[in-house]
Formats: sequence, structure tokens, C-alpha cells
Amino acid sequence: MKKKMFIALTLALLMTLAACAPAAPATPAAPAADAPAAGDAAAPAADGDMPELVIGLFQPATGANGAGGRQESLGTIFANYRQPTVEIGGVMHRVRIEQVDNQSSTTHGPAAAAELVARGVHIILGSYGSAVSIASSDVFADAGLTAIGVSCTNPNVTRGNDFYFRVCFLDPFQGQVLASLASNTLNADTAYVLTLLGDDYSQGLAHFFTEQFQSLGGTVIQENFPEGTSDFSGFMTNAMNAGAGVIFAPTSAEAAALIIDSAGVAGTDIPLLAGDTWDSPQVLDAAVRSGVSVMVTTFYQEGGAPEWDAAFKEWLNANPAQLANNGGSDVIAGFTAMGYDAYMVTLDIFQRAGVPYPFDQDAIRAATWETSFYGPVAGLIEFDEHGDARRDTAFVKTVNVEEGAWEFYAAQRL
Amino acid sequence: MGAYDLFRLFFPYILSGISIGGQYALIAIGYSMVYSILRLINFAHGDVFMVGGLFMVFAAATFPLWVAIPLVVFLIVLLGFTIERVAYKPLRTAPRMSVMISAIGVSYLLQNLALYFTGGLNRMYPAFPWISDTISVFGVSTRRVTVITPFLVVALVFALVWLINNTKVGIAMRAAAKDFDTAQLMGIKINSVISTTFIIGSFLAAIGSILFFTNFPAVFPAAGAMPGLKAFVAAVFGGIGSIPGAVIGGLLIGIVETVIRGADITLGPTGLGLFNRSLDIAAFSDAFTFVLLVIVLVFRPTGLFGDKPTDKV
Repeated sequence: MKKKMFIALTLALLMTLAACAPAAPATPAAPAADAPAAGDAAAPAADGDMPELVIGLFQPATGANGAGGRQESLGTIFANYRQPTVEIGGVMHRVRIEQVDNQSSTTHGPAAAAELVARGVHIILGSYGSAVSIASSDVFADAGLTAIGVSCTNPNVTRGNDFYFRVCFLDPFQGQVLASLASNTLNADTAYVLTLLGDDYSQGLAHFFTEQFQSLGGTVIQENFPEGTSDFSGFMTNAMNAGAGVIFAPTSAEAAALIIDSAGVAGTDIPLLAGDTWDSPQVLDAAVRSGVSVMVTTFYQEGGAPEWDAAFKEWLNANPAQLANNGGSDVIAGFTAMGYDAYMVTLDIFQRAGVPYPFDQDAIRAATWETSFYGPVAGLIEFDEHGDARRDTAFVKTVNVEEGAWEFYAAQRL
Repeated sequence: MGAYDLFRLFFPYILSGISIGGQYALIAIGYSMVYSILRLINFAHGDVFMVGGLFMVFAAATFPLWVAIPLVVFLIVLLGFTIERVAYKPLRTAPRMSVMISAIGVSYLLQNLALYFTGGLNRMYPAFPWISDTISVFGVSTRRVTVITPFLVVALVFALVWLINNTKVGIAMRAAAKDFDTAQLMGIKINSVISTTFIIGSFLAAIGSILFFTNFPAVFPAAGAMPGLKAFVAAVFGGIGSIPGAVIGGLLIGIVETVIRGADITLGPTGLGLFNRSLDIAAFSDAFTFVLLVIVLVFRPTGLFGDKPTDKV
């Protein structure tokens, strides 16, 4: 009886696994996703004589930042689709993308980073989410690999690490822009700041916002919610009771959907303000559904490079799996554009380093410092002494509830 | 500050506390009933609740609501029944710890299957007409489900208590809870009693999941973990095995949790002014639940309504 049961259960398990396998849900699909293991990656590809440049895509596909990570990856994968080869030092190279899922988690991140290193990648792009980038930065540095952050905005990602660069703007800048929006545009005296407990991005951006908002004469009330919170109704009541003129919530897009929903139910007319993470279809859906006013800062505004927009949308809509990874709509998020530019700047760096396969990591890093590259979508990329791109513009957009779309508000400079 | 102002200040928190407390209560009853008969803490219960949310996301996308809701409730009942038959029944004679470990295994299995099928991303729960509508209660804007929940919980609990007190299967349940082995000797079909317990528990979890996710419309693989844990604490607090205890425990935890979440504002400078700077109490609302668990276990291990332990010689 027991033995029969055991065999039956084992068979059932195997069959479930077998049945599940072909129906695999959309992991950010690149032909490279299920590609060769450690040894193969380092060697030139067997088909054809072209050596390979392998870009490690260090992004979350699951967890709190999974949706954003997938969108950012799409930008890079699209770039690879458009420009699959590059000439380095007179030799044509095929560019291949290796992906890992860092699960948006500071505990899983370093292991995922080590796996990328073990697969023999030549440069790292990512991650969406500052916390996981900070947690994993030493792994890349120890391996001597150059890493380029795409949309991680916390200053600590590149501080004290000569191997980490980034192409986006930083939170001190973003926080200032947001604070002046809150104070000057939304005319708020009191800001209710809602942050995720123990999250580097959330706490960091809130800190820079608070600094600037207070120096503009405003009052800040900050509250933290623990990870896994579903019930934000109490926090919305708090914001209303505190007489806030603006709710600033630098959180993941996942939490954002719940926060916006609670704000809608609470019937508040306090505008919600947030940073780059809220530039997401989830936020758009939630805001349209609940009719609250939402304003975000982001890296790129759709329409800034119309030809690129059109080409990206055509590519996106051609494949349902890709469309699903973009949240089921073809609205372009700012970090997708950054993912594209990061790929392009990577090719530029390798070309300027000029050493063909198997590459010289020191030359790559030296070339990275010297970068002056005009990103085809989001503009000029030059790195300062920390390895951060010099950026002076953030795009502000709001949700147009009637049309169910993002609306460009302003390009903010300081 | 007058009585009316006090009411206006605290009422929104208490209202949403009662609502979420009612949802904890529905889950807590499932823990409590299973424990009283099998002496098993069914750790998979919170995940059954989460799967209920996930099923609804998919069912509502395919079927009209009047099909989707009964279908999901039926599937969850079936899931609860199957879990018992596959993961617990074969271990009936095994040490209790083995069953508990099996329950933990089922819990992680469900979470990981959910991770697999959702790709690890949040799914938006469908909005139901009428119960998802926003209404105003004494000037506080909320969803209709918030107001319905406590009434529905009370109605379900009365029905359940009636069932336990007046039906044959109810008598059998009480007998099995009192003394498992003797009940068996007396000719009670213990397996069908246990199955019924799991069916009722899963049914309540399914109803709970509809109410919970209507209010907080994001379903993700770990969505059942926190409500499940809190419901478990509620069951322990009320006295595990006691149905009214589970309800009172659930409501109390729900209310205190939301009131703590608002404490910085209600007691601070913008409210009653008991202290003049933010103490960041809100972040501790979850911690409170677990501190309560420890305190109850230390000072009153049988909970508010639990049976007094009897020394058997």
C-alpha cells in the first residue's frame, strides 16, 4: 500500500513537471536564455567563426521588482535584436546576452551575480533596483568585471566601487526634482512620505526628497511599511489625517498598485508623487481604475525619439511573450529606454577599448571612464569621478485618467 | 477635542480593522477546526487562501462571475480535500511531527507552484460589481466589502456553530475532537469526519480570499503567508480549537493592527498630541501580532476560550 502510494505520488509529480514544462510562462525571452553553460560561454560560438561578446543581464524577473526588471531587460534584448554584431579591433563579434534572475532580493542577488560571472560574461548590465545592485557590486568587482547600472538610482551603487558605472540619474538629483515639484507645482506644505522598511532605494530617495522639501520650508511626515504589506488603507487615512498636500511614495510598482488602489478607495484628492519605479503599466492601470492623481519622474518620455518608439513597439507586438513581459501593453517605460542605451554604450566601450576577443578587462574599464556617447534614446552619457552618468534632466509625467495614458508634463532641470 | 472629533479620528482605522479582522477570522476558523480534531497545525492553510485568489484571477478572465465564484469555491474545497487525502491521511499513524512537516512541505509546494504559474509577478484581482463599489460610512470612504465582511463572518459562524451542535457530522466532529481514538471505537467514520473538517475550513478560506483580495487586489505567491500567520496567531489567541475564540482573536488582531498603523498620526502632533515627533510606530504593526503570540503562549497557553488542560493520571 505504502509502496504503491509512493510510486503513484512520484509518477504524479513527474507527470506534473512534464506537463508544466512546455507551458513555461514568459521569462524574458531571448534566444540566449537557455543557452550554454559555463564552459561554452567563454569559447567562441561553434556555428560560424565569429567570436562572441557576452553581455550579462543582471535583472530581476520575479519578486517585488520583477515587472520592472523584465521591462528593462526588454530594452537591452531589443537593442541586441537590432544590432546583433559589433566590430571590435577589426574583428566582427556576435553579441550574446546571458540572463539571470536576481529575484529582486539582496539575499539571492550575490549568488545570481556569481552565476553570471561563472558563465563567463564579459560585462554586466543591471540591475533594476538599487538594493540588489549594492548587495551584488562586490561580486563583480572581485571578478574584475565592469558593471553598468541601468536604472539603479541610489548613490551607493557606484560609491567606493571602481567597477560599477551607471547611465541613469541619481536619487539626490531625482529627490530634488520631486521635492520642488511637490512644493512649487503641487503647492504642498506637508508631504506624507511612505517608504518600504529597510529598502535602500525607498529610504534613499525619501531621504533626499525630505532634505530638499524641508529646505523649501515644507514639513515631512514619514512612515514605513514592512515588506509584504497588502493593507495600505490605514496609511492613506494617516495621510489624510495629517493634512498632507502630497503623498510621496518611492516604492516598487507592485506596492504602488496597492497604494493607489487604497488612495482611490479612501476617496482622497491628495496627489501621489513618486520616482522612476512608478513609470510602469501597473501604476497606470491602477491610477486609471481608481481615478487618483499620480505624478512621476522618469528617464525617458515616450515621443522623445519617435522612430525608436515605433520600431520598439513593432518588435514588442510581434511576440506575445515580449508583450507580456512589458505588462501586456506597449506603453514604453523610461527604464526600457535606458536598457537600450546601456547596450549601445556597451558596444561603444568595447569598440573604443579596441581589443578583440578574449578582450582586456583593464582596457574596457579604462575605455568606460573615457565614455562620451550619445545614447540613441535618452541622450548623452559621460561618467563623472564616481562612474555616474552626468544627467541634468528628469522627465515628469502624469496619468491622464480620461484617456488612460501617461501625459508628458515637463522636462525638469536643476 | 470632543467625542465626535475622537470618533472621526479613530473610526476609519477601526472600520478597516474590523474588516481585515473578519477576514483573518475566516482563515483562523480553518486552523482551529483542523487543530481540534487532528492536533495538526495546517501550515498550508494560508497558501490555500492565496491559491483561491489566484484561481479567481484566472477564472474571472474566462467565465462570467456567477460561474467563476462558485467554481473557485468548489476548486478550493477540492484542493483542501485533496491535500488532506494525499499529504496527511497516509500519515495518520505517524508521529504528529511528521504530519506537521508534511504540512510545511505542502505550503511551500503551493507557493512555488504559484510562483511558477504567475512568473513571480503580482496579478490584479478582478473587481466585482457591487461589493467592490466605494461607499461612504459616517463620512469615511471605503469599499462595500469592508462593511459586508463582519456581517458575513457572523452569519457563517452561526451557521457553523449550528452545524456542529445539531447535525450528525457535527456531533461526530465534537466526539473526534474530544477523544480521537474512542470516537473511532464508537464507530465514527473518522476519515469522513476529517474530510468534512477540511472541506469546511477550505470553504471559509475561499470566502475569506474573495473578501480579502477584493479589498487588497494584488495576488502574489507569498500573499497567503502573512494573513495565514496572523490568522494562526488569532486562532492561538482565541484558544485554538474554539470557533468563537478564532473570530474574536481575528477581529482583535485586525483592529489593533490597523490602530497601531495609525498611532503616529492619531496620537502624534497632528492628532491627540501625546508626543510631538513621529515615533515610527506604524512599522511595528506586524511585530505586534507576533509579540502577542509570545505573550499568549507564555501566560495563557490555552488562549482566551481554550479548554483548560486536564491532568490525566
